[in-house]
Amino acid sequence: MPNVMELSKITKVYGSKVPTQVLFDVDLAFESGTFNSIIGQSGSGKSTLLNILRTLDRPTSGTVIINGKNIKDMKSKEVSALRNQSIGFIFQFHYLLPEFTALENVLMPYKISKKPVTKEVFERANYLLDFVGLQKVKNNLAVNMSGGQQQRVAIARSLINNPSIVLADEPTGNLDSDSTEQVYDLLREINRKFKTTFIIITHDRRIAEKADRIIEIKDGRINLDIVKAY
Amino acid sequence: MNLPLHLATRFLKSGKTQTFVIVLGIAVGVSVQVFIGSLITGLQKSLVSKTIGSSSQITISAPAGNYIDGYDAIVGDLQTIDQIKVFSPTLDARGTLISGTETQPTTLRGFDFTKANQIYSFDTKLTEGVLPTTDSEVALGVTYKDSPLSLTTGSTIDLNIPLGGTKTFTVVGFFDMNVSALNSSWGITTLANVQDLLGIGNQVSSIETQIKDAYIFDAPTIAASIETTLNNSTYVVSNWVDNNQELLSGLQGQSISSLMIQVFVMISVVLGIASVLAIIVMQKSKQIGILKAMGLKDGDASLVFLYEGLILGILGAILGVLLGLGLSYAFTTFAVGADGTPVVPLFIDPAFIGLSGLIAIAAATLASLIPAGKSKKLSVIEVIRNA
Repeated sequence: MPNVMELSKITKVYGSKVPTQVLFDVDLAFESGTFNSIIGQSGSGKSTLLNILRTLDRPTSGTVIINGKNIKDMKSKEVSALRNQSIGFIFQFHYLLPEFTALENVLMPYKISKKPVTKEVFERANYLLDFVGLQKVKNNLAVNMSGGQQQRVAIARSLINNPSIVLADEPTGNLDSDSTEQVYDLLREINRKFKTTFIIITHDRRIAEKADRIIEIKDGRINLDIVKAY
Repeated sequence: MNLPLHLATRFLKSGKTQTFVIVLGIAVGVSVQVFIGSLITGLQKSLVSKTIGSSSQITISAPAGNYIDGYDAIVGDLQTIDQIKVFSPTLDARGTLISGTETQPTTLRGFDFTKANQIYSFDTKLTEGVLPTTDSEVALGVTYKDSPLSLTTGSTIDLNIPLGGTKTFTVVGFFDMNVSALNSSWGITTLANVQDLLGIGNQVSSIETQIKDAYIFDAPTIAASIETTLNNSTYVVSNWVDNNQELLSGLQGQSISSLMIQVFVMISVVLGIASVLAIIVMQKSKQIGILKAMGLKDGDASLVFLYEGLILGILGAILGVLLGLGLSYAFTTFAVGADGTPVVPLFIDPAFIGLSGLIAIAAATLASLIPAGKSKKLSVIEVIRNA
């Protein structure tokens, strides 16, 4: 399997007067279609790594290659476009736009790409909402839905542009245990069905252990990298 | 609809009360501008028209004791200056009205009434009787009616002109020019009558004119071009602007103060919009952050707020113009004098109102530049961390 994302020799230093190094020579690669989890305690450098993975932050040194493209050589506009096309985002807090309906929220990443919304795209948005089990509430405003429903809308939204990678930051952190199970199963099903690469960042070991690969970050270094048999 | 515009409209719709309050803020500014502008322009137009509307605006006159010969040819030449509305040849003679033992001084003015009416509107200023048509008829200022001469319509009166002799006239009417100095000194009759009395041929003492409304303040340049066309330095060309410097400096002061009011109103509107939009950026920072995370480009993120400013400006301008016109209508309807006419007639100038609206739109868009810049710089990481 080819790598969809490759990090090599990533370091991150914050501050110039009193430099604080958060990441130390991190090498990581994610194969296409895999289901990965990254765990780590707060202060471990997990969030910094995540921000670099989702191209919102740039490393102090080292290279990030996404789908064969080195983001170091790209302008901010191009990085935005790459993020829009290649990475689906799921956040701890669903982060839906409260002014828009579920269906409009799902279509949003596609609209950001400024391509005309064709019938196929519209049908895909509907299909994804059906897939996450929300066919009945797709025209509700985001604010009028339960937490579990909102997170499922966010999952459907992350898939609209058919990204090769979905980055999920504590996707179940804000949900009760039943909803957590449902959301996790949904992500697994998407991984199987669409062959989307998943990188799930969590502090919940039980969730992490369900992934095919567990990466533990500690003190800015990779402490553990276990790959289960696929 | 493009995405930034779509986002802008949806954000504005989602906070209807907030949107309405900002629109109202802009609208109040625009309405004040429209109202003050119309009021001041109306006031100035009314002042100008009251001061010079019924008088000669550019006068070509012969030096005292002399007359203009061949005025028809001169008027013919001056017809090429098309800013002039009317040329009215006039012949003045000073004399004394005599009735029995009573006497009153008078200035007998000879007019071609078809022309003179376009300047003085004598026909509408008659309080009784008619305008003179034949040689022995005269109309007098209304003050003469109450003078010791005890005149009424139909009375006969002798008029003595030094060096010209005495002639008996029939009083055919009285006029009220709304200026007591004129009402107590003018007698008007036909041009031929005064020429006959003075014993001169077809000559006049002056040619009076009125300028078309659009060029009213260009009187000095028009007067200069008349001088050039005349090419005769014996004639004196005077214009109302040079003769009314105090009025003009008053008008100018008024224009400047009106402009200052409008500028400060606009500045406060701009500051108001800028601060409210800055608050909206704060409120919507989560949404902007999430959109940026999903790949919204920085430029589009700032466009959202530029569109918000533009939309608010357009709505505010429309509402403001309506409010301003409503205010003007109320003012002209309720602030009326004893005779039922408005205290100050407003001058509604569509071009000025359009300009006020456009300035408001431009100001609102300008005010949205700061929040647009903030939105552009908004850090996604910050927003997500502080959720």
